Amino acid sequence: MYRYDAIDKEFLADRTREFREQCRRRLNGELTEVQFKRLRLMNGLYLQLHAYMLRIAIPYGTLTSRKLHRLAHVARTYDKGYGHFTTRTNLQLHWIKLRDAPDIIDQLAEVELHSIQTSGNCIRNVTADPYAGAAADEVDDSRVWAEAIRQWSTVHPEFSYLPRKFKIAVSASEKDRTAARSYDIGLRIHRNAEGELGFEVMVGGGQGRKPYLAPTIRPFVPAERLFSYLEAIMRTYNRQGRRDDIWKARIKVLVAALGAEEFARQVEEEWVRSGDYADIPLAEIERIRESFGTPAFEALPERSEVFEAAKADAAFARFARRNVHAHKQPGYAIVDIALKNPGETPGDCSADQMDAIAELGARYSLDEIRVNYQQNLVLPHVKLDDVPAVFEALKGIGLAGANMNLITDIIACPGLDYCSLANARAIPIAQAIALRFADPEKAEAIGELKINISGCINACGHHHLGNIGILGVDKKGEEFYQLSLGGSGEADASLAQILGPSLSKDQVPDAVEALVGAYMREREPGERFLDTLRRVGPKPFKEAVYAEAH
Amino acid sequence: MPRLIRRAADGGFAWADDRFTTVPDEDPIPAGDVILSLTRFMAEGEALLANRRVGVRLEPSEAVEDLAYDLPRIPVVVLVWPNFRDGRALSSARLLRQRYAYQGEVRAVGEVLREQALHMVRCGFDAFEPADGSDPQTWAQAALGRYRHVYQRAADDRVPIFVERGSGE
Repeated sequence: MYRYDAIDKEFLADRTREFREQCRRRLNGELTEVQFKRLRLMNGLYLQLHAYMLRIAIPYGTLTSRKLHRLAHVARTYDKGYGHFTTRTNLQLHWIKLRDAPDIIDQLAEVELHSIQTSGNCIRNVTADPYAGAAADEVDDSRVWAEAIRQWSTVHPEFSYLPRKFKIAVSASEKDRTAARSYDIGLRIHRNAEGELGFEVMVGGGQGRKPYLAPTIRPFVPAERLFSYLEAIMRTYNRQGRRDDIWKARIKVLVAALGAEEFARQVEEEWVRSGDYADIPLAEIERIRESFGTPAFEALPERSEVFEAAKADAAFARFARRNVHAHKQPGYAIVDIALKNPGETPGDCSADQMDAIAELGARYSLDEIRVNYQQNLVLPHVKLDDVPAVFEALKGIGLAGANMNLITDIIACPGLDYCSLANARAIPIAQAIALRFADPEKAEAIGELKINISGCINACGHHHLGNIGILGVDKKGEEFYQLSLGGSGEADASLAQILGPSLSKDQVPDAVEALVGAYMREREPGERFLDTLRRVGPKPFKEAVYAEAH
Repeated sequence: MPRLIRRAADGGFAWADDRFTTVPDEDPIPAGDVILSLTRFMAEGEALLANRRVGVRLEPSEAVEDLAYDLPRIPVVVLVWPNFRDGRALSSARLLRQRYAYQGEVRAVGEVLREQALHMVRCGFDAFEPADGSDPQTWAQAALGRYRHVYQRAADDRVPIFVERGSGE
């Protein structure tokens, strides 16, 4: 875990002091809500349907047990005893009082957490591979670069008043665990033919009203030139991105309008003219790398008899199949924790659960916990010998669900239950579908199937990237849901295509069941839902839904 | 005479008289120093420069590149903020200072708020017409007093954090 040095701490202290002063001026009436809005929105404080919502950045989704304990404390003390992990690996508290906000921010700052740039038309929290530092297949540690990007983008003098919000993801292996092509900028760390480290740069992905997968505009930017190249992209966007229409202001619209080739040419020209002024010395990157440190792995045999023996229990065996992944260090594993109990709100986590997971992180995962964009948590460094104990402890807090990437591992935004932008509720839909497939054997028999639900066109629930995407729409005051099929946020990225007319709330679980039925009929051995769909096309699925759901 | 906040060579901020008259495109040119739109400067600037000082006012959609060859004889470039969310002028200011090494005044007008004083100063602005009642003291505090450290290089002379740490020069 990156540790703040004295300078990082002073920077954050300056920021929190300023925010406290702004809140004070609002509370005593010196500032109107209109004046305060632009200040609070630089600090992740939104005014939603029922209360203030605070969006806390979890930089590139990494936590220590101390940080997670503090989030639990804040959720318990200032909110209703739970928080919501988002698809951007942030934590949202939905029931905040303005007068508490400065204290919350101070409490977070003590453990090097903050809400800086979690809103506003600036560069937002950077995403990295949730398995960074643990994955067997990574080329480099994506957190190191994400932290360097975090620092470079924090209160950036030129790029804090962009046409629209801006999100960057850093992926570091062939298997993309960040959905990089759905970002404004997706970076993939790799080595060129000469063995030098660098980045493939993808620009102009995005979801929302008009989804795009980001095209690659440069296959290789040398590592030491990354920041000047990023500035060239940002400047091109800041100057030319549309500001007349909020729905056309994202960089994806600019890239699509110019064409990827022309956009790339303009960036290249800007890059050449700007020189290396903005580059961050590799010595600083190495300082950041050292600050993360190397986990104190023990030398262990590849195979764990304890782990193998525990598989005699069918529930553990399923957990081992679904939630446990290969680690680069022999004798260790990556363990996913699903915040997706059928019937619960996807991504919600109680303060007690947070404390318990923090304990597990401290005891079994070298003090590291991660958040991924699927709204689940990860213990990245667990000894295989310890996985059974972790499983038992997770059972104790109701989070031993072995449903990673299954039909019940649903991504959903907060939707109309909380959000002032939403057209329809997302959470009850997720709950109804998950309950329909709550039998873990049934879910596993269906296999990998990703359902993503958004309560409005802003697509915080990533519905375009769902194998089954569900979008809430408003029809004359009634909630309806539009189904799309075939999305993927992984290395084989694709955008889901609309299936047919939208359905009422009650029809959605039946429709999902019909889609699953069609898949089970059509599938060939070894095929995932997505594979079958790509092979046979949407026709049998469409027929199943619109014949059986009525 | 209208006033603006100007940053002096010693880095301090103080009120200064604005000796330029900003001339709308449809008005006749008055006596004395003037600030013109880019279009009017292109058409009439050459003649006017013979006997007075002429500054140019750029809308955010207008490129500083179009002024490149004229910059050495322009004493002030005015960059317009139609609203505080429109950050294009920040890029324009950095280009003026860093790409063209422009030595004249770079002035912010429009919805100019103290929350952006830091960003503006770091990108190379040195004159301001605040829209929020700021005086030089509040402006200086907002521009320089908020953060003891900065993470990036920009158009100012502040030392970025990675240099403070000894990771670079």
